[in-house]
Amino acid sequence: MKIKSILPGLVIFLTSMSGYAAETTIAVASNFTKTIEIIGQAFEKETGHQVKFAFGPTGKLYAQIKNGAPFDAFFGADERRPQLTIKDGIGLQQSYFVYAQGQLALYSRDHRVDQNPIAILKAAAFNKLAIANPRTAPYGERAQTFLKQQGLYEGVQSNIVNGESIAHAFQYVATGNAELGFVALSQVVDPQSPIYQKGYYWVLPQSDYKPINQGAVITQRGAKNPVTQAFMAFMKRPQASEIIRRFGYHLPQSAQSNEQ
Amino acid sequence: MMLFGSEINLQPVWLTLEVATYTMVILMLIGTPLAWKMAKMDSSTKVLLEALVALPLVLPPTVLGFYLLIVMNPNGPITEFLRLFGFEGQLTFSKTGLVIGSVFYSLPFAVQPLMHAFESIPSRLLDAAATLRANALDRFFTIVVPLSQRGFLVAATLTFAHTVGEFGVVLMVGGNIPGETRMVSIDIFDHVESLEYTQAHILSALMLMFSFLVLLLVYSLNRRFGVKVG
Repeated sequence: MKIKSILPGLVIFLTSMSGYAAETTIAVASNFTKTIEIIGQAFEKETGHQVKFAFGPTGKLYAQIKNGAPFDAFFGADERRPQLTIKDGIGLQQSYFVYAQGQLALYSRDHRVDQNPIAILKAAAFNKLAIANPRTAPYGERAQTFLKQQGLYEGVQSNIVNGESIAHAFQYVATGNAELGFVALSQVVDPQSPIYQKGYYWVLPQSDYKPINQGAVITQRGAKNPVTQAFMAFMKRPQASEIIRRFGYHLPQSAQSNEQ
Repeated sequence: MMLFGSEINLQPVWLTLEVATYTMVILMLIGTPLAWKMAKMDSSTKVLLEALVALPLVLPPTVLGFYLLIVMNPNGPITEFLRLFGFEGQLTFSKTGLVIGSVFYSLPFAVQPLMHAFESIPSRLLDAAATLRANALDRFFTIVVPLSQRGFLVAATLTFAHTVGEFGVVLMVGGNIPGETRMVSIDIFDHVESLEYTQAHILSALMLMFSFLVLLLVYSLNRRFGVKVG
């Protein structure tokens, strides 16, 4: 085929890509995968725009964004990494907000952690206790701090196994490799979860650990895209809030929209 | 330890080398008879085995890791099997479990070069030895092994190197326990995740140099022994 004959097609193709594309690409921390997919569907249904999500560990997403990844917005698992994008001049300060607060739950298939969690942790009569890596994952850091503050850490230290993310910690418990695990409440209450309504769980009182604030920010790239703005506004609407709560997250006061 | 002006914990490096050494030794012991059998097989069974052995090459390591997590769990078949021999404890989250996972993961890198080396030995040599009353074991060690030097060296180097570079399987079945299952690739991942880019750079540079040296070794072995075997 001659170059000339494909050229018109190519031109149309390229202009259609660079022109007003009614879509946005957003990087999202793994723990929020399910929730934001459902919000995304609602958003697409209402607006006709398209929203694409890239899921991954927050630190990896941050490294990618810092190195020019084509994301219009960034939903982290903590506040630190989204804040860092602002410091780097990539994220926009005025767009920053806390979109959800993660809740920590202790889960077990066999142990009655719903009745006497502290006694079970104190006895340490289980093979392994899965937590997310405290060095990299906020859920893991909170779990470790909780154990230390309750004076339980020494007793269970040798039973601890670290998942790379809260998803891995969950996997260790769900596959029966660890009898106990600190997981995200969102992983337990999801009706599609492999452990849904199996086993026992205990939701840690919010007063026992620092809130797991998850922050979101629009990037320089996304600021030029009206669909990104529309999606971020949608995130603050009651419809989205309802989905977020249903999946076991709290909403901080600041995340509530004034539009309600 | 201080390296390039930065504090670096080398424990994951030593652990990685340890796991890779065990894996290599076990794979040479398992891979040699398996490759020999396969080299002597008729086509249909052989094709089936070849496809099975090559699976870890195409499967994403996370898939392999996920299956290993299931079959190695405390009530899984592998653990039950090892209990027959007095094994106590748990496979997942242990060095033993990592070695078992790595053996599956690097199997094709042991079997394929060995099988090709064995196949290239002319059967008339073995027939001639047999007529001189050399038994099967004699024939293997006096004819096959010397003629397959290159295959053995390549298999050993590749299985070792492939284990050093493994990530997905370790991530899934390891549990990131310092000194037990925290291998270099995971450590680098953690450094990147926690934004400790200097440490990540240093460890990554070490890995890069190491991998390059290993490949240099493999290719120079290929050149040196190539003439002798082929």
